[in-house]
Amino acid sequence: MSEQGTSYRELLPHLFRLEYSKMTAVLCRHFGLKHIETAEDIASETFLKATEVWAVSGIPENPAGWLYTVAKNKTKDYLRRISLFETQVKGAIKTTDYEPGQEFEFNRQTIADSQLAMIFAVCNPANSKEAQISLALQILCGFSVEEIAAAFLTKKETIKKRLLRARATLREDNFQIRVPDEAIIQSRMDVVLRTLYLLFNEGYFSQSNDHLIRKELCSEAMRLALILTENQLTNTTEANALLSLMCFQSSRLDAREDDSGETILFEHQDRSRWSIELIERGNYYLVNACTGNELSKYHLEAGIAYWHTTPTGDNKWEHILQLYNQLILVEYSPVTALNRTFAFAKVYGHKTALEEAEKLELTGSSYYHSLLAWLYAPADVDKAIALYQKAITLTKSTTEKKTLQREIDALEKQKAKSY
Amino acid sequence: MKEFVLIFRNSTNPHANPSPEQLQERMNWMGSIAAQNKLVDKGNRLSASQAKTVQPGNVVTDGPYTEIKEFISGYLIVKAASIEEVVEMARANPTFKTGGNIEIRQILTPEDKD
Repeated sequence: MSEQGTSYRELLPHLFRLEYSKMTAVLCRHFGLKHIETAEDIASETFLKATEVWAVSGIPENPAGWLYTVAKNKTKDYLRRISLFETQVKGAIKTTDYEPGQEFEFNRQTIADSQLAMIFAVCNPANSKEAQISLALQILCGFSVEEIAAAFLTKKETIKKRLLRARATLREDNFQIRVPDEAIIQSRMDVVLRTLYLLFNEGYFSQSNDHLIRKELCSEAMRLALILTENQLTNTTEANALLSLMCFQSSRLDAREDDSGETILFEHQDRSRWSIELIERGNYYLVNACTGNELSKYHLEAGIAYWHTTPTGDNKWEHILQLYNQLILVEYSPVTALNRTFAFAKVYGHKTALEEAEKLELTGSSYYHSLLAWLYAPADVDKAIALYQKAITLTKSTTEKKTLQREIDALEKQKAKSY
Repeated sequence: MKEFVLIFRNSTNPHANPSPEQLQERMNWMGSIAAQNKLVDKGNRLSASQAKTVQPGNVVTDGPYTEIKEFISGYLIVKAASIEEVVEMARANPTFKTGGNIEIRQILTPEDKD
């Protein structure tokens, strides 16, 4: 294998991810969403051609530019073919759907506008949350069915079916890939933000062991959130709060894992491995988020994530607890309830927090049991060990099992010493 | 699960000048109920100064109270399996430290008979 051969093989998947979704979005702008498959075919053929040509003649100087030129030519060919058959095959693509002579460009503005519109097209409230996220991964992020299935720990067939239904909705929606108007933005912005939030969380908290996919989910969610903040129409305080949250969270991505890929709990993380740059970006977007009067759950979560980046002291945990109190009032979730109790313990001690924790009764959750174990540990080691063991039986994640086992081992050691 | 209204009564206005510690205690109490997923509606605080009572015979009086010293300062709605459980929730509220009290009333649904 030549050196050139290896490097194009490394470059192509990356480029594919980055450019495939952009290309499809711009093409959909011309064909309409009804013909999204045509757009995807042209994009796929373009990449196929790149694989063939680049393997022989090497990577061109401007790979993205090369791809867009090929895509443009393929589109022209396609349109020419269509107009030839137009008289015979009526209705395949109606002449009103495109203007054959119209020159279209893959310039920065068109790409940005089309991508923004595509985000709003995909986040159709008619689809379920799961379907929206799968669709977002496929259409906005260029993920394969296999990769989506791996990220969700779900069977390929399930994802395929989910996507099939979601794409039918997409085609029938008659959504125009143009800069979305205010009415569309108002009616879909909540769904858009939630989808990006879930996309990020899928990567950040996923039980999947595929670290590469998890990281990509996070960075794709950030890329899409960034598109929102770059357009005046969608640059809302909520969008900024969400992006701020994502920056703070991902500043710890590298510190969260040791060299063997095992999870390092927050308290044991090496803070020098936190990304200062991302923390600063987080601060920047948080300041932007606080220019209005809105206080969304993204604001509150970004606030919590901000405090986590600060050193202990300054009533850090009091602030975090109060933000959790507000967050749980905005929206109940078991994870928020458990995190709130953790913060409560940091402020009022394990014993008082234990009473709070036992009221939660989230008996099916591994996190609930490991939280109880942590709260019991100073007073009752045996009980704590039993609770950690229970937690292990409740989680599917092998990384989490290992982390919990380490806690048990530490407690066993502590016990042995005290005899 | 049944729903219950908690009606807060005070003789001094709890919204006039609460200390940060008091606010924190109140939020902790409400957060605790919400964390159990038992908060139906966080309700509202009710003003003691912007208050009038409209009575028969075109009589309008200032304030919520003419004969009684206590006035309603706020309300919220929780859900629980029994009224006893709500009593336990209410007991933990910091309002008792400042002489307030809490009335608990089950919300009747169309099927309920009182």
